[in-house]
Formats: sequence, C-alpha cells, structure tokens
Amino acid sequence: MAVFEAILELADDHLVLGHRISEWCGHAPMLEEDLAMPNMALDLIGTARTLYDRAAMLEGKGRSEDDMAYLRGEREYRNCLLVERPNEDFAHTMLRSLYFAAFMRPFWLATLEMTTDETVRGVAGKAEKEMAYHIRHAGEWVIRLGDGTEESARRMRDAVAALHIYTGELFESSPAATEAEAEGVLPVRADMRAAWEDVIGQVFAEALLEAPEVPYPQTGGRKGLHGEGLGHLLAEMQSVYRAHPGATW
Amino acid sequence: MTQATPLWEVFIRPRNGLSHKHVGSIHAADEVMAVQAARDVYTRRGEGTSIWVVRSADIVASDPDQAGENFEPTADKIYRHPTFYEIPEDVGHM
Repeated sequence: MAVFEAILELADDHLVLGHRISEWCGHAPMLEEDLAMPNMALDLIGTARTLYDRAAMLEGKGRSEDDMAYLRGEREYRNCLLVERPNEDFAHTMLRSLYFAAFMRPFWLATLEMTTDETVRGVAGKAEKEMAYHIRHAGEWVIRLGDGTEESARRMRDAVAALHIYTGELFESSPAATEAEAEGVLPVRADMRAAWEDVIGQVFAEALLEAPEVPYPQTGGRKGLHGEGLGHLLAEMQSVYRAHPGATW
Repeated sequence: MTQATPLWEVFIRPRNGLSHKHVGSIHAADEVMAVQAARDVYTRRGEGTSIWVVRSADIVASDPDQAGENFEPTADKIYRHPTFYEIPEDVGHM
C-alpha cells in the first residue's frame, strides 16, 4: 500500500460525485439550480484533477491525470459507495451532497493543520471553503424539503433511508489511507465523526428528519467493490476518451 | 412555480468602495435561498464581493406614463452639468 493510493481514493470520491451532480446539468427543476449544480460539480472535479495529478506524480510511473480518470475500470476505482449512488430525485441528490460535504469540510480543515504534503495543503485550503458552501446549499434544501410539503417530506425520508447506510464508510480508513495518516499526509478519517454528526444533527433537527440506526453499514468501495451504477457512470464518462485516446481540446 | 418561488432582484457589489449594482433577477422560495441562487447565477466569474436581494414585489417603480413629466424637464438645463468651469492644472485629473 502506498500514500498515492490514499490520494487516489480521495480523487475518485470527488470525480464520481462531481460527475453524478453534473448529470443534473440541463435537467434541474429551475434555472437557478441548473447553474448551481454544475458550479458544485466543477468544484469537485477541480479538486479531483489536482489530486489525480498529485497521485500520479507520487506513483512515479508516468501516468497522467487523464489516465487516472479515464483508463481505470470500475474495480480499480476506489471511491466510497455514497458518491456513486444515483441522483434519483432532488432529495437524494441534496442529501448525498450534504453527507459528503459535512465529512470533507472538517477533513480538509484538519488537513490544513497537519499535512506535510504541500499540494494536498493547497487543495485543502481551496476545498474547505467549497465544502462549506456545499453544506449550506444542500443543507438549506434538505431543511426545506424535509419540513416542506407532504410529498417533499416523504421523499426526504426515503432519501435518508436509502443513503444513510452508506455514510459509515466515510469514516473508515483503508490500508492506504492508514499509511497516509501514519506518514502525516492525511488526517484520521474516524476523527471527523463528531463534526459530521454535529452538522447532520443540526440540519436534521430543522428538517424534522431522524437519522436511522444502521446495524449493517454498506462498505466495499475502497476495495473496488461497487454498485451496479458505477459501471454505467464510468462507461458514459470514459467513452469519448476511450474512443479517441490521447485526445485534447 | 412562481407562487412557491417568487421573483427577487439581485444587486452585486463588484469591489469594496463601489456601490451595489442591479444585475438581474432570480426565482427563490425565501431570502436565504435567494442569496444562494444569486451567488450561483451571478457571481460565477468573480463578479462580486457582496450580494443584496430584494423581493421584486417590494420595489416601487416610477410610472412609465409619467416619463415625460419626470425626465424631460431636465433636458434644457445644461447649466447643471459641471462643464462651465476651467479646472486649474494644479488640480490634476478629476
């Protein structure tokens, strides 16, 4: 296991979620959200690009950022399962972003305090602010849908029931992440739980939602064991690059 | 849609020291969402350092039918423009 794989995991989280959110582009329920979602997708994809570049450099085998994103199959992707979950509806989409950003914000803040990797520090400084906004944007929607109409509240509860089981994986460190933590590159993922629960608790209280008990959390993404949806996502995302290898624009 | 998400006018201040300028409008359910929507729609290219939103319904506008009486009387009062003074060279650029 190597540190570059831990950075690759982070990059995969951001690229896959960024791609998922970008699927709303042109389909959002109102123009304002049709711009807001690609904004957030681009934040995530921007972070992924820098992290892929860094991972490729640390690996030292001459792979590029594009090779990392476009030439790995689903079993080689190391993203957590939460980020690959399908968009379904606005409730699922916003909750997924809230869960993710509520983890990443304290993660990047902790990274700023401790990392020895200057590139990772640079990413953390920028991404910390982006995640603060994602929490706000997604959180305000979760509150309004949860405490909204009968239908919006039902959809919000369905989203919690569907997605909460994937949140435990956020706090797990793979062997690669454990090594990156030991080497002082990334903070310990489990340490983010209090901050995460604080944000989710505040939003859920206003949204009239309850966090369910999860006796059997769903994990496996860090081992390359993904849901069916990731293969479809990658097939779409990688099709142009695979049809025209090395293409630039 | 418009009942659940009324129209808001958006004002952006590009830099400290400048005033907020009207840039357009957005639909949003309430004031918090309106500021978020304004941020997402109108500040994507670094246009602003501050955002104001105002419900369009709260804006009182002059009546277009009164445009003549409101604005035409100023047309022949050119002495109100500060163009009749020689600016001393020492003052420099104004």
